[in-house]
Amino acid sequence: MIDPDMTPNLLLVVVVVALVTTGVYLLLERSLTRVIIGLVLIGNGVNVLFLLSGGRAGGAPIVGTTPVEEMSDPLPQAMVLTAIVITLGMTAFLLAMAYRSWQLNRHDEVQDDLEDRRIARMAAADQPAFEDDTQDTRTDLEVEAAEARDETGDREDEQEVVRT
Amino acid sequence: MLILLTAHLLMALAAPTLVAWLGRRAYLLLALAPASAAGWALSHTSAVTAGDGPVEVVEWVPGLSLELAFRLDTLSWLMVLLVGGVGALVLVYSSAYFSPRAGGLGRFAGVLVAFAGAMLGLVASDDLLLLYVFWELTTVFSYLLIGHYADRKASRRAAMQAIVITTAGGLAMLVGLVLLGHGAGSYRLSDVIADPPGGTLATVAVLLLLAGAATKSALIPLHFWLPAAMAAPTPVSAYLHAAAMVKAGVYLVARFAPAYADLTAWRVVVLTLGCGTLLLGGYRALRQHDLKLVLAFGTVSQLGLLVLLVGYGTRAAALAGLALLGAHAMFKASLFLVVGVVDAATGTRDLRRLSGVGRALPITATAGALATASMIGLPPFAGYVAKEAALEALWHDDDGGWAGAVVLAAVVVGSALTAAYGLRLFWGAFARKKAPAADGFAAVSRPSLVLVAPAMTLALLGIAVAAVPGAGDELLSPFASTYPRGEAGHLTLWAGLTPTLGLTVAVLAGGLTLFLLRDRVERAQARVSRAPDADAVYRRTMRRLDDVAADVTAVTQRGSLPFYLSAILVVLVALTGWALVTGTELPATVRLADSPVQVVVATLVVVAAVLAARSRRRLKSVVLLGASGYGVAILFLVHGAPDLALTQVLVETITLVVFVLVLRRLPPYFSDRPLARSRWLRLAIAFAVGGTVGIMALVAPGARMHPPQSVPFPEEAVAFGGGKNIVNVVLVDIRAWDTMGEIAVLLVAATGVASLIFLQRRSGDIHRLDDVDQHAEARVWGGGPDVGAALRVPAPTPADGRHGREATGPVTVGMAARRSRAWLRAEETLAPQRRSVIFEVVTRLLFHTMVVVAVYLLFAGHNAPGGGFAAGLVVGIALIVRYLAGGRYELGEAAPVHPGLLLGTGLFLSAGVGLVALLAGGEVLQSTIVDIPVPVIGTLHLVTSLFFDMGVFLVVVGLVLDVLRSLGAEIDRRAELEGGDAGGSEHGVGGTVPRRSGTSDGAASARASGATSSSVRSTEEVAP
Repeated sequence: MIDPDMTPNLLLVVVVVALVTTGVYLLLERSLTRVIIGLVLIGNGVNVLFLLSGGRAGGAPIVGTTPVEEMSDPLPQAMVLTAIVITLGMTAFLLAMAYRSWQLNRHDEVQDDLEDRRIARMAAADQPAFEDDTQDTRTDLEVEAAEARDETGDREDEQEVVRT
Repeated sequence: MLILLTAHLLMALAAPTLVAWLGRRAYLLLALAPASAAGWALSHTSAVTAGDGPVEVVEWVPGLSLELAFRLDTLSWLMVLLVGGVGALVLVYSSAYFSPRAGGLGRFAGVLVAFAGAMLGLVASDDLLLLYVFWELTTVFSYLLIGHYADRKASRRAAMQAIVITTAGGLAMLVGLVLLGHGAGSYRLSDVIADPPGGTLATVAVLLLLAGAATKSALIPLHFWLPAAMAAPTPVSAYLHAAAMVKAGVYLVARFAPAYADLTAWRVVVLTLGCGTLLLGGYRALRQHDLKLVLAFGTVSQLGLLVLLVGYGTRAAALAGLALLGAHAMFKASLFLVVGVVDAATGTRDLRRLSGVGRALPITATAGALATASMIGLPPFAGYVAKEAALEALWHDDDGGWAGAVVLAAVVVGSALTAAYGLRLFWGAFARKKAPAADGFAAVSRPSLVLVAPAMTLALLGIAVAAVPGAGDELLSPFASTYPRGEAGHLTLWAGLTPTLGLTVAVLAGGLTLFLLRDRVERAQARVSRAPDADAVYRRTMRRLDDVAADVTAVTQRGSLPFYLSAILVVLVALTGWALVTGTELPATVRLADSPVQVVVATLVVVAAVLAARSRRRLKSVVLLGASGYGVAILFLVHGAPDLALTQVLVETITLVVFVLVLRRLPPYFSDRPLARSRWLRLAIAFAVGGTVGIMALVAPGARMHPPQSVPFPEEAVAFGGGKNIVNVVLVDIRAWDTMGEIAVLLVAATGVASLIFLQRRSGDIHRLDDVDQHAEARVWGGGPDVGAALRVPAPTPADGRHGREATGPVTVGMAARRSRAWLRAEETLAPQRRSVIFEVVTRLLFHTMVVVAVYLLFAGHNAPGGGFAAGLVVGIALIVRYLAGGRYELGEAAPVHPGLLLGTGLFLSAGVGLVALLAGGEVLQSTIVDIPVPVIGTLHLVTSLFFDMGVFLVVVGLVLDVLRSLGAEIDRRAELEGGDAGGSEHGVGGTVPRRSGTSDGAASARASGATSSSVRSTEEVAP
C-alpha cells in the first residue's frame, strides 16, 4: 500500500480549486444562505483535497475484495466520512439560524455587530470612551477617606435596635 | 512549610463556614493559622542563626523548572515572624472590631487568612517563579480586601488602582526573574544570589525587579495607590498596608541587595526612589486630617527609608534596615489598630473633630503613646535603636562619597518629618484641643479589652526587643553579613556621645518645631501649588488608554462578518503561500486523470459549482449545489472509496431537503447587491485562496516523508477489529475516540437546531394522530388555492369518517374500513389539495424496505461498505419520505420518540461500550470478538464495536429527526397558527416543492394536480 508514486492527479486539483474558489466567493457574501452554500462547497473541496493527499486512486479498502497493494488509503477516508456528516450537522444548524434571522428580521442577511458599530461611530466622532465624573481629583482622597467607615461596634444589642 | 501553607489554605476555605457558625468569635480560631507560622519560625530560631534553617523542596512543574522550594534564612525568619505574629494579632483584633452584624465577615476572614498564607509562601520561597506566584497571590487578595466594601465606589476604584499598579510592576518583575533564572541557569533563589549573573542582562533584570519592588512597596512615583487603599477596613490597613504586603518590595530589595547592591543602576534607582519617597511621604503626612491618611503617608515615607537602608549596600545599613523592618511592623501596625479603636469608639478619624479622647480611653492612649515614641525614635524604643544604627551606618560609610552625604541628609530630614507627623498623629487622636471642630463626635464608647490588647502587645514588644539590642544584633547580623561592603554594624541603646547622637537630637528638635508650627506648615503646604499629582496623572493615563483601546477596537472590530472572514483568508493566503513558495517545490510530473469517467464527472462538479455561485435564485443555487455534491460522490467512488460515496450521496440528499425546508420561508431571490467593487474584491480573495489551496494540493502528496499510518491497518483490522471494511474499523475501533468526539458534535448541532426553533424547550410535543382535533378540517399544508377541489370525489363528511371513535354503529365499520385502506396512517390530516396518492403508495412500499436496508448496512458495515453513519442516514431519508408524504403527524407516527432520547442513548451506547472494555480489563474502546454458535444460521460473528456503531447510528437518526421536527414540523405548525400558507407561497417558493423534489414519482403526481402544478410553475418559471 505504500506507493512511492505520489504523483498528484491534476484533474482532482482542478476540482479542488474550483470548489474552494466558488465556496470562498460565496462565503464572503452577506446572505446567510449563500454563506452556507459556500461552506458546503468549501467542505466538498477540502474533502477531495484530503483524498488527493492520501495518494493515488485504488480499490475499495476492504480486505478480501481488493489486494492489499491496490487499496486506496483508508485513513483519510475515515476522516472525510465523519467530516461529511459533520458538514450536514453544521448546515442544518446554520439553516436554523437563517430561519431564525428571517423570523426576527424578515431577511437572512448577516448584519454588522451593533456594539462594534457604536464603538466605530464613537471613534469616528472622537468621543471619549469613558464617563468622566471625577474631574476634580484634588480633594478626592480626603473626601473619600472621610466617607469610608468600617462596620464596627461591640454592642450585641445594636442588632435589636436596627430591627425595631 | 507545606503543612503550614496547607493549614492556611484549609483555614481560609473553612473560614466562611466557621464565621457562619461562631460569628465573629471564629476570628480567634482563625488566628491560630498565622500564629502557628510565627511559632514555627521561633522554633527554628537557633538553627536559622547558625545558618542552618529548614529547607524543603518538592517538584511541581519540572518542565518550567518550577519547584515548591522553601528555605528559612535570617531574612525569611524575620519576615515570617512579622507576617505570622501581626497576622494573628490582627485577626484577634478583628474579632472585636467588626460589628457582629457586619456584612461579608465570612468572606473577609477567608481572604485575610488566605493572604497570610500567600505572604508566608512569598517570604519563605526559594524558587524565583514560586516567589512570583505568591507575589501575585498577595496582590489578588489585597485587591479583594481593599474592595471589601464593594458597594462603595471609592473602594472599588482604590482596589482597581492598587491591582493595576502592582500587577504591572509584578509582570515587569516576572520578566526580570526569568532573565535572572535563565542567566544563572537555575531558578533556585539561593543559587542565583550565590552566583549572580552579570552583564547587561543582569542590569536589565535588576531594573525590572526594582520596578516590581517599587510598585509593591508604594515608592514614588507610584506611591498613590497606598493612601487610596485606606478604603479597606482598618485591620487590613494595619496588616497588609503597614506590616506585611507592602514589605514585600522591601523584602525583594533586601533579597537581591547582597548580589547587586554595587551595580550603578541599582544604586541610582534605589537611592533616588528611597530618598524621594522618604521625603515626599513625610511632607504629605503633615497636612492630612484623617488619622489613617496621616499613617498611610507615614508608611509611604518609612517604606522609602527601609528600601534605602536595605538597598544601600553596606552591612551596617543593612542591619539597621532589618531592625527598622521589625520595629516598623510593630509600631505602625499598632498605630493603625489604635486609630481603629478611636474610630470605632468615637465614629470619626478626623483629627479636627477629635478632642479629649486620651482621657476617655487611657489604655488605648498609652498604647498609642508607646508606638508613637517608637516611630519618632525616642529612646528606649525599637525605633530609636534602628534609627540610631541607620545614622551611625551612614555617618561612617567612607565609600559613600557625595551620594552618601545626600542620603544621610535625606534620612535626617525624613526623620524630622517623621517625628513631626508622629506627634501630630498622637496629638490629633488623643489631645484635648482648644478649638475642636464644631461637628465633633457624639460620645466615646468604651472598647472591649480584646480590641485594645493587640495594639498594646505590639507597642510593648517595641520596648521589649529594644531592651536586648544585643540579641537583635546576634539574630539579624547573619543576613547583614552577606552584604558585600562595609564594617558590620551594631544595635545598641547607648553608644556614648557620638556625632549621631547629635543628629538624633537635631532630628527630634526639628520634628518638635515642625509640630509646634503645624498650622503654619499646613497653610504653607496649601499655598504651594501642588506639582502634578501622581494620582491625577494615573487617572488621565488610564483614560487615554481607554480611548486608545476604543480606537483600536473601532479599527479592528468592524463588526462585519465578511471583513473578518476576509482577514482570516488573507492571512491564510499569506502564511501558507509564503511557506509554499519558500519551503516546497512543485512535483515534476502530474497524472492528468485516472479515468474518462472522472473527467466527465469533474466537469459536472466544476460547472455546477460555478453556476451555483452565479445564481441569483436561492432554489436554483441549492439544486446546483446538490448536483455538484453528487458529482463529488462519484469522484469518491472512482477514487476507491465506496463508503465515502455512499455517505456523500445520502448526505447530499438530506442537505437538499433541509435547505428546501428552510428556503420555503425565505425570499426566492438573493437581494440585489450592485456593489461592483466589493464583488471584485471578493472574487480576488476567492481566486487567491483557491490558487493557494491548488498549489497545496499539488505539493501535499509529494511532501510525504514517512510511510502512511495506515500500512498495517489491513492486518490489524481483521486481527483486532474483527472486520474487513477497513474504513469502518478505523471509525469504530482504531480511531474510535475521534468518532466519539464527532458524534458529540452532531449531538450539539442537533440540539442547537432544536433550540433555535423551539426556543424555550429542548423540543416540542410529538404530533400523534390521537391529538388531532377530530372536528377540525384537515389542514396540514392547507392554504393556497385549491384549484383541484372541484375535480375530487367529495370527501366523506366528518360524521361518517373522521369521527370514528365517537361514532357508533355502521359508521364505525366505515371508519375501520377507511383506516385499513389508508396507505399512510396520517394521510387524513393533510389538506386535500396537498395529497398525492402515488406518493403515498410509494412511501408505503419504500419505508420499510429502507429501514431493512439500513439495518443491513449497520450490520454488514464491518465487512462491506456501510456502517452506522450510512445506516442512520438511510433511516433519516426514510423518515423524510414519510414526512413529505404525510405531513408532521405522519412523522410523529413514524418516529414517536423525542430525538433527544435517541441522541442521548446513542452517545451513551458508544461511550458505554468503551467503558465495558475498560471493565473487562482492556483499554477504553477496545473491541472484543465473540463468536456465538447459532443453530441453523451457523456461527454469529459478533464484535463489540457493533454496539459503538449502533450508537453512531442512533445519533445520526436523532440528528435528522431533530432537523425534521424543527425545520419541518414546527415551522409548519407555526405557519398554520399564523394562518398563512406553510408553503410560504407569498414568496413564490411553493410549499409543495419540498415534498415533491424527493422522488420523480412525486413530481409526476404534482403535475397531475392542477393546484400543485400552478404552484410549481410559479416558483420555477415565473419570475415575480
